[in-house]
Amino acid sequence: MRDFSYLRAGSVEAARQAAALPGTMILAGGTTLIDLAKCGVAEPDSLVDITHLKGLDKIEVSARGATIGALAKMGHVADHADIKRHFPAVSEALWQAASAQIRNMATIGGNLMQRTRCPYFRDPANFPACNKREPGSGCSAIGGVTRGHAVLGTSDACIAMYPGDLATALIAFDAIVHLGERQVSVDDFFLLPGATPDKEHAIEPGEMITAIEIPDSAAARRSTYLKIRDRQSYEFAAASAAVGIEFEADGRTIRDLRVALGGVATKPWRARAVEEALKGKVLEPDAVRAASLLAVEGAVDNGANHYKIELAPRVVARAILKMGETA
Amino acid sequence: MTVHNMRHGDASDGGADAIGGRLSRVDGPAKITGSAKYAVEQQLEGLAYAVLVESTVASGKVRRIDTAEAEAAPGVLKVLTPDTIISLRTASDWFGTPPPDKPYCPLARDITFSGQHVAAVVAETFEQAVAAAALVKVSYDETPSIVDLSDSKAGDGIPIDAMTKEWGDAQAAFASAPVRICAAYNTPREYQAPMEPHGLIAHWEGDKLTVWEPSQWLDGMARTYAEWFDVPFENVRLVSPYIGGGFGSKALALSHGAVAASAARMLGRPVRLVMTRPQTFTGYGGRAATRQTVTIGADGEGIIQSIVHRGINETSMDGMWVEPLGSVTSIMYATPNFSSKQNVVRVNSVVPGAMRAPGENPSAFGIESTIDELAYEVGIDPLEIRLRNYAEQDPHAKKAWSTRQLREAFAVGAERFGWARRTPEPRSMRDGNQLIGWGVAAGTYPVRRAYGEAIVRILADGSVEVESSSIDMGQGTYTILAQTAAETVGVPADNVVVKLGDSRFPRAGVAGGSRLAGVMTGAVYKAATSALDQLVGLAISDPRSPFHALQANTLVVANGRISSPRGDGPDLSIAKLLTSVGRDHIEATGDTMPANSTAQDRYKNYTTIAMALPHTEGDYSRHSWCAHFIEVRVDEDFGTVRVSRVVSALDSGRLYNPKLAESQWKGGIIMGIGQALLEEGIVDRRHGRIVNNNLADYLVPTNADIPDIEVISVGIPDLHSSVLGGKGVGELAIVGVAPAIANAVFHATGKRVRDLPITLEKLI
Ligand SMILES: Cc1cc2nc3c(=O)[nH]c(=O)nc-3n(C[C@H](O)[C@H](O)[C@H](O)COP(=O)(O)OP(=O)(O)OC[C@H]3O[C@@H](n4cnc5c(N)ncnc54)[C@H](O)[C@@H]3O)c2cc1C
Ligand code: SF4
Repeated sequence: MRDFSYLRAGSVEAARQAAALPGTMILAGGTTLIDLAKCGVAEPDSLVDITHLKGLDKIEVSARGATIGALAKMGHVADHADIKRHFPAVSEALWQAASAQIRNMATIGGNLMQRTRCPYFRDPANFPACNKREPGSGCSAIGGVTRGHAVLGTSDACIAMYPGDLATALIAFDAIVHLGERQVSVDDFFLLPGATPDKEHAIEPGEMITAIEIPDSAAARRSTYLKIRDRQSYEFAAASAAVGIEFEADGRTIRDLRVALGGVATKPWRARAVEEALKGKVLEPDAVRAASLLAVEGAVDNGANHYKIELAPRVVARAILKMGETA
Repeated sequence: MTVHNMRHGDASDGGADAIGGRLSRVDGPAKITGSAKYAVEQQLEGLAYAVLVESTVASGKVRRIDTAEAEAAPGVLKVLTPDTIISLRTASDWFGTPPPDKPYCPLARDITFSGQHVAAVVAETFEQAVAAAALVKVSYDETPSIVDLSDSKAGDGIPIDAMTKEWGDAQAAFASAPVRICAAYNTPREYQAPMEPHGLIAHWEGDKLTVWEPSQWLDGMARTYAEWFDVPFENVRLVSPYIGGGFGSKALALSHGAVAASAARMLGRPVRLVMTRPQTFTGYGGRAATRQTVTIGADGEGIIQSIVHRGINETSMDGMWVEPLGSVTSIMYATPNFSSKQNVVRVNSVVPGAMRAPGENPSAFGIESTIDELAYEVGIDPLEIRLRNYAEQDPHAKKAWSTRQLREAFAVGAERFGWARRTPEPRSMRDGNQLIGWGVAAGTYPVRRAYGEAIVRILADGSVEVESSSIDMGQGTYTILAQTAAETVGVPADNVVVKLGDSRFPRAGVAGGSRLAGVMTGAVYKAATSALDQLVGLAISDPRSPFHALQANTLVVANGRISSPRGDGPDLSIAKLLTSVGRDHIEATGDTMPANSTAQDRYKNYTTIAMALPHTEGDYSRHSWCAHFIEVRVDEDFGTVRVSRVVSALDSGRLYNPKLAESQWKGGIIMGIGQALLEEGIVDRRHGRIVNNNLADYLVPTNADIPDIEVISVGIPDLHSSVLGGKGVGELAIVGVAPAIANAVFHATGKRVRDLPITLEKLI
């Protein structure tokens, strides 16, 4: 039987020290970790439970922005009145994620760290080849069932899609991940697979997410998260877009625009080309649709996921136009 | 298991006790409060835990199984492989066909699909068994596999002559028809995905085996276990108090059951084995993938001259599953010329199985889509074309319908839905970015009939007890049998206790093919009538009875009290009467078997399906019918389809409990929405393995996918179909939902999707 030790951390410092030991993993809500342990993907020797740490679940919103503790529950953040007011896209990304039961258990820190849904990654008994799990073993997905795989940011080693919704909203608004004293932008926190798909985050052993900070911006205040999927609820995105917009005083000319994509890339994906193409322009449907095509520049499909290249720009365009309408 | 009927304080219960009343589910409180104990929750001393090891290749031979590490792991009691498991005997199939006299091994040496059971580990705890199972090393000599119907190696398959239905000259009539439609339709592998996974606890005491296992058919499964282990049928007891969903998948004893019972026998300890969710995708079969071509020749008015239908379904390499694809095609519309043939293609998959309306479901997707295509071809309203081709009698059997309220279903459904306001052109109705489509399709399911047996006891306290080995998997058997006994004897339903799910009780056949309610209400009605006769007989003739002096011919029993019809004698409770005549109970067994049935007939009836009566027996053709009217909204940019309105009118004959029938119909419609839009087993073509073998990736509808569904009963009692006039309920409503949605999607978008499910990439 696979025994593992379990430690309930008394402080952030104790948790970090314990987590620095090889074979040790942090346990938050457990909705990713326990699931992966059942699949045989995660095989920790010891778990450090951080859910009892005091003060890490705070949600603070001020004129400068929001700071969300790593242990805040997805459900609480989604429902938080100030988050809804200042960062609607963040709230919308969260309430469209997973199910009510999972949102009640899962934490914001764990949410950022969730792993890909690549079915080959999740089934080691049947598919030993997976570079993300076993560096150098190959990639079972390439040439296989790829309907849910990424079209952006892929490499020859791995085409796994990053499935999270929250991080897509965060990257649009230049959020920062707090790892104790060290801080990293969300964009830098998530790594491209390149030749090392096993290394997903800019976080080192002994580090722990303590909070997420989202700077206030006019674009964030006027933002939305549009998630498209076959099933209306409880499904990962086929394609999603987090969009925030700020107009000039005329109410038509775009001063600031933020666009990020989910469900299509190997990491949360900021579509800066779309932003640049539209900034300074008057919001107008044809221009928005044309610019949205830039979101998938350089995209590469693997057959069954080709539709994502068609779909993503349409999702982006709809989200931008929706934000324009509410002017 | 015993379910005490209770009052619910639910207004809808008012006057609900009788047959036809809207009594709430009597097993509801136990399920909601968690006190309902499911089969594998049984606590037994010395229980050991078995975990299956599955093949990781789709085709080949097991070269070697290395069990050394697993055997050395903590807590391990036994590792079963084809070499170490005890030898069983092959059991007969569900028709009772005598089996070949050869051994049966539930663990495979010859691999015919990925996920086949090759070994099992039994340990003191579940966790130990899981860990040790991962240490069993199996190596294979792999051979090329045939992945599915579209595999280039799959071929045309084996013709199934018994499926051929022909009259007139269909080919010639098609060739000369002014309007010709020909299209191919595909349905993928679909899975029953019950909430409760398959599993069991097997316990031997000497040569007697008790199996706690969710089961749609206790007597059939007990027979299989008895034959496997070569013990008398009476030695096997199946217990299945509640079933957390079956949808056809829990009717037969399966190989994992043989593994668990073998392990229990070998260890001399009770053994529990429960499938993991991924194993439920390969441990037994879901609905077979199908392909049909339907051609219709018609005149310019849309009157059908000819239907030519060809179907294939997949089966496994060593098992035979025929999904009857011409079943709806051959009866839905009047046509002078018809031809339907079917082949079965072997692929490397587990043998497919029964899933809600096997046959009728994919069959309806073909014909009900094609008729819609014809309607557009000739420019006639899709509802009107169905009425023009209405079959006034069974076109295949050439017999009168027992009852067919389909015209009424079309009329009532269309009226409630507002069909007349539909604009016919595709893409002609929209709401912003949403293209709106309205579709219609009909469905049908045959009335399957069999015989059943029940005991009804009137107890000393005046309460009534019903016993039957039939089961309740949520469809409402506990409830409607309580209603039947209550009304027949004349007591309130909360004075009735129904006991089901134990093979020691009077026997019942399979809870499949939507037959159980019709069979069992009939049996309970007969038993209850005879118990009542005994009661009244005693009251009239026993010298100690207060009614004795009255010299009445009959007495009235109502609301638990017994009195004379004219009200001129005593009026006392059943309990009082029984006390006065010195009886502690009255018992009657009732069955619906023909009077001259032998013990062998009875055994065969309850343990096989060989004695089920054909639905076209005698002068009539017996079927349930329905019409679905469905509105979809398709996002023009994203291709996402959402069902926004459903109105269905259904003819299931007389309803024993409308509340439960409506719930079953709605469940069928919801499952149909899943089939139309979401459900598909996705196979990795290189490995022949289902990769979305879990409920996060195999999508079934959530509440958010389901709009308000209006269901309307248009049935009338059909006494040719059952003792009390009901026809089938459970399977009917899923039939026709997928084509109604596909037709609505065509109306919305102008795109005809002929491959299920209708996912967004097929529409963008
Ligand atoms: C069926 C299903 C559907 C889902 N659907 C969606 C969806 O639609 N959209 C979506 O966005 N998500 C979805 N999710 C993912 C879900 O949101 C995550 O599982 C959840 O957010 C993880 O949080 P947790 O607290 O449970 O993390 P855990 O499972 O406890 O931890 C996850 C990982 O993060 C690490 N970790 C946890 N906390 C920290 C920390 N503070 N610092 C460093 N490392 C840490 C753990 O070691 C572990 O590796 C779904 C999950 C499931 C099971
Ligand atoms: S795509 Fe990435 S995660 Fe999936 S099998 Fe390939 S390497 Fe592994």
